[in-house]
Amino acid sequence: MIGVITFPGSNGDHDALHSLIDDIGAPAEYVDYRQTDLARYDAFVLPGGFSYGDALRCGAIARFAPVMAPLAEFAERGGPILGICNGFQVLTEAHLLPGALLRNETLKFHCFWTHIKIEQLDNAWTAGCKAGEILRLPVAHGEGAFFADDDTLDQLEANGQIVARYCEPDGTITPGANANGSARSIAAVSNRQGNVLGLMPHPERATNELVGGADGVKIMSSALNFLNVAV
Amino acid sequence: MTIAPGAWREVALSDEEYHQIVELLGREPRPVELGMFGSMWSEHCGYKHSRPLLKGFPTEAPWVLEGPGENAGAIDAGDGLAIVFKVESHNHPSAVEPYEGAATGVGGIVRDIFTMGARPIAILNALRFGPLDSARNRYLFDNVVGGIGGYGNCLGIPTVGGEVFFDPSYNGNPLVNAMCIGVTKHDAIMRARGQGPGNVIMVIGADTGRDGLHGATFSSVEDPEASHRGVIQVGNPFLEKLLLEACLELLQGDDVVAMQDLGAAGMTSSTVEVASRGGVGAEIDVALVPRREEGMTAYEVMMSESQERMLLVVRPEGVERVREIVERWSLNAAAIGHVTDDGMVRVLDDGEIACEVPAELFTDACPTYVRYAEENPKITAARETAIAVDDIEPSAVGETLLALLGSANLGSRRPVWERYDHTILTNTVVGPGQGDAAVLRLKGTKRGIATAIDCNSRYCWLDPELGAKHAVAEASRNVVCSGAKPLAMTNCLNFGNPEKPAGYYQLSRAVAGLAEACRVLGVPVVSGNVSLYNETADLAVMPTPTVGVVGVIEDVTQRLTMVPKPGDRFFLLHAGNAPTLGGSAYLADVHGQTIGAPPAIDLDKEAAVQSALLDLAAQGLVSAAHDCSEGGLAVAVADMSLAAGTGVKMDLAIADGERRDAAWFGEAPSRILLTISPDKADRVVSARLPESVQLTELGTFEGDLIQLGDAGVPLAQAKRVFDSALQSESGDA
Repeated sequence: MIGVITFPGSNGDHDALHSLIDDIGAPAEYVDYRQTDLARYDAFVLPGGFSYGDALRCGAIARFAPVMAPLAEFAERGGPILGICNGFQVLTEAHLLPGALLRNETLKFHCFWTHIKIEQLDNAWTAGCKAGEILRLPVAHGEGAFFADDDTLDQLEANGQIVARYCEPDGTITPGANANGSARSIAAVSNRQGNVLGLMPHPERATNELVGGADGVKIMSSALNFLNVAV
Repeated sequence: MTIAPGAWREVALSDEEYHQIVELLGREPRPVELGMFGSMWSEHCGYKHSRPLLKGFPTEAPWVLEGPGENAGAIDAGDGLAIVFKVESHNHPSAVEPYEGAATGVGGIVRDIFTMGARPIAILNALRFGPLDSARNRYLFDNVVGGIGGYGNCLGIPTVGGEVFFDPSYNGNPLVNAMCIGVTKHDAIMRARGQGPGNVIMVIGADTGRDGLHGATFSSVEDPEASHRGVIQVGNPFLEKLLLEACLELLQGDDVVAMQDLGAAGMTSSTVEVASRGGVGAEIDVALVPRREEGMTAYEVMMSESQERMLLVVRPEGVERVREIVERWSLNAAAIGHVTDDGMVRVLDDGEIACEVPAELFTDACPTYVRYAEENPKITAARETAIAVDDIEPSAVGETLLALLGSANLGSRRPVWERYDHTILTNTVVGPGQGDAAVLRLKGTKRGIATAIDCNSRYCWLDPELGAKHAVAEASRNVVCSGAKPLAMTNCLNFGNPEKPAGYYQLSRAVAGLAEACRVLGVPVVSGNVSLYNETADLAVMPTPTVGVVGVIEDVTQRLTMVPKPGDRFFLLHAGNAPTLGGSAYLADVHGQTIGAPPAIDLDKEAAVQSALLDLAAQGLVSAAHDCSEGGLAVAVADMSLAAGTGVKMDLAIADGERRDAAWFGEAPSRILLTISPDKADRVVSARLPESVQLTELGTFEGDLIQLGDAGVPLAQAKRVFDSALQSESGDA
């Protein structure tokens, strides 16, 4: 069972659940932010949205929700966790992922379809991709500029934790493709072990051609692998 | 306490209206009652000037589930689903505090939709500003867009469509109209009719503060800058998201029998509406209302427009269940009174009577006015002015096209819609920039809906009745161009001061035009809103009857976009109208003249063209379609070319004596560009069409030039100009 964690103000939870159940065929259900018994879940998705209305900083309050302590233990044990958009922000605030997400370089919220290049496959959520594969996914965020100091960024590169970067449709990494101004065009990072992934684009909104594309299936369908392992 | 002489004028009641109130009550009103009359008898709540006119709207059709009168209208979308929708203005607040004004405008219309028990699935907007060469207008534009995005994005409801138009008449009075669409099941539609004496009245959501006191009253007078200071509401989309989820969860049980959001005139209008719609009375005690400020008077509690609040009528045995659900969403729930059987609105202040008035006096007894109507002679003169600009040379077609594509009114809207989340909820099949209407799938069915919002304000200024017909025709045509059948419309009537003959003329003629177009095109009015007094220092806004149309497409995979494929041939489907220059974007944006008569429209022929397109689409003979309106053929063809990223080659036979500028850039109603792959083009040519409908082949989408006759514009250059139209105008490129 995949748990989609709903914080007050989460709004991507419906899409994550719908994508998992209807497009991927994975059993999934909502997990309330007050829940602390997580024994029945094989993996978690932290959805997008505006948890606690983005008060203080995006994700800054959600990290104190009751569900977060057992979630950290789950991560420690190697359990797969995917943080999308606000979920990514929550995971960095909770120090389950490195770095931080700052306001977009334009200082404005933006929403459009973008391309990312998958650079690491040794990871719970991109194992189904090919090396260098380009995915077309929508973004929708105001605070998506990934930031870390240079030493940390060098370490992330060395450890293979930079999972995806914004790119042109042909895969070239350019400043123009990095609309939010992320350090080194980073769109997705993992923790050291590779079981926790955060990404700003929305794979759960791209699992059906009817609504613009299905490249997100490559990431969302990883959920099935965890279930197989668990069975 | 007695009423000081003239105190009624402070709540925008006339002397005559005050005396009417005294007569109806048989006594002087109490201070709280006077404030409540001021709100309920405002134009905003009481529709004093518009009510007699609105009676002419067609409101019925077999597929209409809920017409005007409730919080929103509802239509049958098939498979047991109901589509609930409405458009509403938030003009006056946005003129003063554009971010919060626009944000709370979105908040208000979204509440109207979930009050009906529907889950909101889409937001649209129609915006009007003065030209962007003014810093003030750039500030308003930037912050209104920011406020709409800030609220809708946080709520997680996609903003999928809209329109923006710039004209000096909006300098002092920008317009911000927001439309919301929701979906529910037929049998789950909730009404705001209080019923069952003894049922408990509860208020849930945000606490009540001093914000927005008398907003409804002050949106019904001129000069928002002077009148609105200190009455602006502040939005909290996070609270609204919790309220939305709490309300939809509450409506899954049967404890709640009626729901009414607290919008304009807050607790006053919601209490009155619940009582008067249900034909019952209501008694509340303001001392029981949770406050966010100390020392608030009964008057202030009744007038507050604090956002994100909802009034519920609950069966007594369900109160605890309701409280439990609401508190689980981290919101307050307070029982503040009950439904009575005496028809009175009774407001207590810690047990003492502050208001005791029959509900109908606030609603049905509100006076209505029919004013003297006469067109402003300056406008008559503008319409009758002969067009004196020189025709263009064949070689100038390209540069004229670039001038229009680069104008604020016809340039790309990408910088606007990129600030709105338009992909959340994963229903957006055709999003902004891809088609004339937004298309959304209805999950769990094969169906989809298409929706567009439109109004050509220039046409409405030059000829309000004709312009209003165009507004309905164009919004419907946009829906048709996405392959859906238009079913119903909502409208927002943005006008100047109706007490002036010129203002009343525009309002009354436009309403007549809307009504006739709705009747002929078969799109009844199911909801709407009126915003008058959009006028500052004698400058009224161009009359702007915004029209939002919703249609249904039975198989959403068959939807159309405006994006042709390279190699596609294209045709103009039309009713034989010769394009003219009166009221055109070409005259206004290239020559700075808003003159001449707008193109005449034959609504029967319009209907025939629309159904002809749907017939061709049903036969699989349309690969893309696009309404050909503002900017004429040249702009419409360029729009498709830019959307597809492929060039176009087109020729136009210009008859002797015909103006070249009119042929390329002139405007005419009932014209749709359609494209088709070459292998099916013969079937299009030989397709049977209604007698009044014609098909003219124009060219092919190919290459990397926009080739219009002898003039060729590189697609890349057109794209640069088009994409930067709003940035360069706003000076922040």
